Amino acid sequence: MAEAPRMPDEMGVRDIQEFLHPVMKKNYGNWKYHDRPRPGVLHHVAHSGDEIWTVRAATSRQMDIHQIRELMDIADDFAEGYVRFTIRSNMEFMVSEESKVQPLIDALTAHGNPIGGTGNSVSTVSHTQGWLHCDIPGTDASGAVKALMDEIIDEFTHEEMPNRVRLTSSCCQINCGGQGDIAINIQHTKPPKIDHSQVGNVCERPTVVARCPVAAIRPAMVNGKPSLEVDEKKCICCGACFPPCPPMQINDPEHSNFAVWVGGKHSNARSKPTFHKLVASGIPNNPPRWPEVSKIVKQILAAYKADAKDYERMGEWAERIGWPSFFEKTGLPFTKYHIDNWRGGRANLNASAHIRF
Amino acid sequence: MKIHDTPMIDQLEEGEWPSFVKGIKRLRDRHLDKRINEMTNDLLGQLEHSYETRKGYWKGGTVSVYGYGGGIIPRFSEVGDLYPKSKEFHTLRVQPPAGNYYTTEILLKLADSWEKYGSGLVTFHGQTGNIMFIGATTENTQRFFNEINEYGFDLGGAGPCMRTAQSCVGSGRCEQSCANEHKIHRLLINDFIDEMHRPALPYKFKFKVSGCPNDCVNAIERSDFAVIGTWRDDMKVDQLEVKNYVAKKGRKYLNDHVVSRCPTHALSLNENDTLEVDNKNCVRCMHCLNVMPKALSPGDDKGVTILIGGKRTLKIGDLFGSVVVPFMKLETEEDYRKLQELAEETVDFFAENALEHERVGEMIERIGLVNFLEGIGLEIDPNMVVHPRENSYVRTDHWDEEAKKWQERKTKMEKTVIDAA
Repeated sequence: MAEAPRMPDEMGVRDIQEFLHPVMKKNYGNWKYHDRPRPGVLHHVAHSGDEIWTVRAATSRQMDIHQIRELMDIADDFAEGYVRFTIRSNMEFMVSEESKVQPLIDALTAHGNPIGGTGNSVSTVSHTQGWLHCDIPGTDASGAVKALMDEIIDEFTHEEMPNRVRLTSSCCQINCGGQGDIAINIQHTKPPKIDHSQVGNVCERPTVVARCPVAAIRPAMVNGKPSLEVDEKKCICCGACFPPCPPMQINDPEHSNFAVWVGGKHSNARSKPTFHKLVASGIPNNPPRWPEVSKIVKQILAAYKADAKDYERMGEWAERIGWPSFFEKTGLPFTKYHIDNWRGGRANLNASAHIRF
Repeated sequence: MKIHDTPMIDQLEEGEWPSFVKGIKRLRDRHLDKRINEMTNDLLGQLEHSYETRKGYWKGGTVSVYGYGGGIIPRFSEVGDLYPKSKEFHTLRVQPPAGNYYTTEILLKLADSWEKYGSGLVTFHGQTGNIMFIGATTENTQRFFNEINEYGFDLGGAGPCMRTAQSCVGSGRCEQSCANEHKIHRLLINDFIDEMHRPALPYKFKFKVSGCPNDCVNAIERSDFAVIGTWRDDMKVDQLEVKNYVAKKGRKYLNDHVVSRCPTHALSLNENDTLEVDNKNCVRCMHCLNVMPKALSPGDDKGVTILIGGKRTLKIGDLFGSVVVPFMKLETEEDYRKLQELAEETVDFFAENALEHERVGEMIERIGLVNFLEGIGLEIDPNMVVHPRENSYVRTDHWDEEAKKWQERKTKMEKTVIDAA
């Protein structure tokens, strides 16, 4: 017999009281200051004098239930049964006694979860799902991120950067991974290949036409069937037409490649928030370990680490030394594609005699 | 069960960073349920196929649970004949507790439920902020939701609707917190549950709440409606701790890394190693508070700044949220009700005036900020602009009236200040 329909309880987002560590609950809204006794550990002190230590560990973001259970065992045996996640998929374990910190670190490290991501470190990459689950992925951000972090894991476990470094990675130019000090995103370079036999059957054509940011799509009859055509010179290869109309095949295993962007910043600290800027493109989409991507990211990190001042985020550093120096110090080529010709692009031109010689 | 060869993704098991491939293999090889072994085996097979051909093979569709029109990301395989056990691999977007706080008990409970109905693979968290339970068949989607909904979890948004919100660690552990992030988060989102579960907005709409301008949940750049904690009285300075800082790090360090980094030159180190703050010119950027958390703290007159219109690239390019409310006090229930009303006005106006697939930031770009403010009943404020207009092509037909309005508001505000004093 079919199951009787159960109507949902539309409760929305639930209260967190039961999930707060007792020390956090007691001192909610009454914290005084914090320090970092070592990389990966935060120590918060409340006005009441209560203290709490947080150990931050990396995860693989996509986790299997075995791993979740093992980590919960660690949280029960070595911490106090309360955890939280940062928005970069790091897991935080809270303890109310300093003596518990080292055994907790040892247990997490032995389990294969590096400790770090605090202060002036390179934290876990905020990234998209990729070939594992997305319907429009040009690559597998999850794999590229794993391969990259294997190479720069020391920058996660140490706090040796001028300021925090936030990396992101996305499987298409929509950039769900978000803004980053360095963003590693796939770049489509060719207009969609259209499967004209399918368009009329599966796509609502006016919706697809309206979706194009540069009005490059128009209805057309192809081989006697209603379809769409793309003005290939106008097309910016953004892929926005693909979700409403999968026959607009944007994913191109041969021509899509990686681009690297620098200088995104969410915080208001010192300078206002900024978006990241294109610095490199044409990097091969080369699974399973994308060595060319990691090489360029490491090049940029090395230049920043060597040259930026304390507390300077990557974009602030580039602003101070000037973009010509950025390209010089990182060894990356500057091309005509770095000059914005999108709407409002003139605002990015140097309308002054300010030039560093 | 025939194990698929996966020579390419096997290479992602190497290295010290936690490997998601290892995790999926544990489900394939170690789990006691054959259903999970077969499902993850075919998932790995399809993933390897993607690695070899550099193409994705998932397509969307329509899957939901009784009563809802969203919350599930349907995934049907385009190569399901080759990998039949994972040919339906839908994701359930589940709203985590605000601030992503959990007990081990609740995470174990969720893992037990997911083991019964899903692939055993979970993402903490998706970029919008959901727990992503990846990999359930159409019928198990309903069963899993029924079970977790019984013990207190609800689906998030997917499609053109209200989306899951996010809030920072906030008051639970952070000294910079200037607001009750988790209360704001719940107040806002739980007011729009209908809009979340039954997609009928022009496009997505996101709330994010950060307790201070460090904006740890990236609200300004990643949400349509950003609530940022702040304060409007003087920052607190513990001069003894300033002296301790100087003793430890030296005057030069403090001058180079704190004083000279102040974006509005509002700091000055006195001869006696105390810090002078020009609070009128402090823009609450947080830098000095971040560097010297023992010595410097937010003031007592706390509240929030609200910015509207942030979004990622699709479709006119990235937009920042911009200020629509410079300061709003959030103390009494009436204050919170005002915030809720502002959110309701905004979403209503968005629903009625945005074009299909247009975000609120894009709508504002199209119609202009002033029209938007008039639409939702907010007064203009010079804090909303970087600078006044530069373009001289403007009609100023009602200048005198507008100037009068400003004078009247100014007088009223001055009176409120005098009354309060």
